[in-house]
Amino acid sequence: MAFNTRIRVPATAKAGEIVEIRAMIMHPMENGFRVDTQGTAIPVDIITDFVCSYDAAEIFRVRLEPGLAANPYFSFFLKATRSGVVEFAWTAQDESVTTASAPIEVT
Amino acid sequence: MSLSRRKAVSSLGATLVAIALRPMRSFAGEVETLAAIRALFGEKPMQTGRVALQLPSLAESGNLVPLTITVDSPMTETDYVRRVCIFANRNPRPWIAAVTLGPKAAKAEFSTNMRLSGTQDVIAIAEMSDASLWTAQANVLVTVGACDSMLMRR
Repeated sequence: MAFNTRIRVPATAKAGEIVEIRAMIMHPMENGFRVDTQGTAIPVDIITDFVCSYDAAEIFRVRLEPGLAANPYFSFFLKATRSGVVEFAWTAQDESVTTASAPIEVT
Repeated sequence: MSLSRRKAVSSLGATLVAIALRPMRSFAGEVETLAAIRALFGEKPMQTGRVALQLPSLAESGNLVPLTITVDSPMTETDYVRRVCIFANRNPRPWIAAVTLGPKAAKAEFSTNMRLSGTQDVIAIAEMSDASLWTAQANVLVTVGACDSMLMRR
């Protein structure tokens, strides 16, 4: 199952510039401790891995645990070296992968 | 029923013992946090410093607590932060996340949002490329915890 994502990558950057990347996925991150209106426990349902890669290298990888807030959000930095695509991938606990990507033009 | 002094004293004693032996609220405590840390990093010594936690000192809701972690590192191909692990020492599951930075990440800095079940310490441990461990911790006052429905069930 794919989820909606929000990513922010600057469209252009100067070579060597450090740019901020933001990524978020719309996901409830059920922690397994909540109960529904009938009193039955809602099972754990989380995103387990997030990877951002750029220029054939992994920039940022997270192993997520239920202790992260719903709609897990990350902001981090990368150094713009050459024009290319910044790729994002989220893996849910059922192994389904949600991907997103954005081009960055380096001048 | 007449209550003799002996009976009264012994029943009071029994009550006190029962209170003392009552199982603790099953919060994951510092013990479990230390076990989780040991499972990830072994017995290696840790030094305090180089890691900075930016957290609100008071969070109204534990459901969404913003967190920024900055590690003092040049982030070059030979000297970089390998990973950063985050723990909350009174959450039911203390381990919050493990972040791995590639050598091409420009700055050892990132932000995210986490859940806190109540007032507690947040601990970050950074493993450098030379395998040394650095740690920092910060206390957060939480008005309404993230797992309140869980606590009511108990």
